[in-house]
Amino acid sequence: MDKRTTEREVVAELRDGMTIGIGGWGSRRKPMSLVREILRSDLKQLTVVTYGGPDAGLLCKAGKVDKLIYGFVSLDSIPLEPHFRQARQAGGFRAAELDEGMLQWGLRAAAHHLPFLPIRAGLGSDVLSVNPELKMVRSPYEDGEELIAMPAIELDVALIHVNRADAIGNGQILGPDPYFDDLYCMAAKKRFMSCEKVIPTSEFAKHGPVRTVSINRLMVDGVIEAPGGAHFTECLPDYPRDEDFQREYASTAKDPEAWEAFKARYLDVSEGDYQEAVKTR
Amino acid sequence: MSDPTRAEICAVAIAEAFRGDGELLVSTFGTTPSVGGRLARLTFEPDLFMTDGVAAGAESVIPVSGKSSEEPVLGAWMPFRLFFDNVVWTGRRHVMMMASQIDRYGNQNFACIGPHEKPKAQLLGMRGAPGNTIYHRTSYFVPAHTDKVFVDRVDVVSGVGYDRAAALSKENSRFHHIHRVVSNLGVFDFETSDHRMRLVSVHPGVRVEDVVSGTQFELAHDADVPETRLPTPEELHLIRDVLDPEGWINREVRE
Repeated sequence: MDKRTTEREVVAELRDGMTIGIGGWGSRRKPMSLVREILRSDLKQLTVVTYGGPDAGLLCKAGKVDKLIYGFVSLDSIPLEPHFRQARQAGGFRAAELDEGMLQWGLRAAAHHLPFLPIRAGLGSDVLSVNPELKMVRSPYEDGEELIAMPAIELDVALIHVNRADAIGNGQILGPDPYFDDLYCMAAKKRFMSCEKVIPTSEFAKHGPVRTVSINRLMVDGVIEAPGGAHFTECLPDYPRDEDFQREYASTAKDPEAWEAFKARYLDVSEGDYQEAVKTR
Repeated sequence: MSDPTRAEICAVAIAEAFRGDGELLVSTFGTTPSVGGRLARLTFEPDLFMTDGVAAGAESVIPVSGKSSEEPVLGAWMPFRLFFDNVVWTGRRHVMMMASQIDRYGNQNFACIGPHEKPKAQLLGMRGAPGNTIYHRTSYFVPAHTDKVFVDRVDVVSGVGYDRAAALSKENSRFHHIHRVVSNLGVFDFETSDHRMRLVSVHPGVRVEDVVSGTQFELAHDADVPETRLPTPEELHLIRDVLDPEGWINREVRE
């Protein structure tokens, strides 16, 4: 078995209108080489599900998004994602803004083939008024408590990025936080995992204990070797966030000319040229 | 030792908000709340549980700048998911969040300004505020108190206030508790008959009129509003020499 593929082949499988879940969290371990490949494509009208970082900012800015399902969008060291804010304020897409925990619950329900999971988070808040499709469910037991029935967030495709993977689809996360990558994969019909390096299965043990190989091959259809694939988000311990680059990215939000220059240099080019441009800047 | 700054008075008022919490996970957002939480832990609430801001419990107290000659002592693994699974949804937490807007019942907004469909200013989003306020104790910090923040009506309710909690069933709202609001002008709680916000104390040098005129809604308060207590010499030493040698809090809260 060999599941190795490329960003281009993955994006060729995507269709307009699909629901795409993007792993990582904020500006941390995002599958950015896959996001950049989507930016190069003609794809449109996507529903994007994310603990949002620059993935959300870039895709919204590029007009790829019809609906964003999220709890927040942040660059961590820059708390507000300026490109996302701009797109939101222009009314450029539908915003399904949830409590962060609800997002996890929706992915978990989809992963486990449940129509919904009950949750207390959201009660009394405007999560209910800005997401009018959310329904309530009453406990059938004596307490009779009414709770929010968080519907399953079923994904067509999940995209995640990890530190190491083997060719058959096992993935090793060496950083401190696995985030929700496994839930995205289990909630999706097609699952693609990029990684810093593809290694022989027998070498996982050299890098970390077995529990770091937390993505199993049942969860993955395609493996993409993408060194620097999470740049400019952090991918610990391989590299920290590229704060200078992130600042440059963020600063282009208020200056259309600077944005065009950024786009020409970093986005309208191949992944190889992107990585080269990052190195030589 | 020079007189305490307004920021230092706020830090102590924030520490006081965590008094009595015992062994809860205390999460703080903003520099002054981070100093205040750590101050409580170093003085009267030694059992507080805090995180390193990444994915672990912090079992040593380091400066808010993160600059320390000693390696931080990390305890339990605490990745983002376990925050929900083990902490937020079990209720063993007291969070102090910021508020871009807050109303008389403690409804809080940091999601966006203007209509949610097409906001004038997109802010953080709902984040964890709906869940935090319904599952465990919550407090707020406002570094610059104005009538644009303390408003009659928030544009979007991200954190649930007392009137909204009262409209829910008893089961739904049984863990809801908005404990304190600390601003650069004073300390507030909701210990009134209908849980309207009450001015508990004004910081030294602040007049009650200043707070009232910086607040759109009518604030409950006693005829005589006491002053927020001053930091003790030990607290000032801990703030200035241990927790915040760079004086970052004085940039967040101006004189």
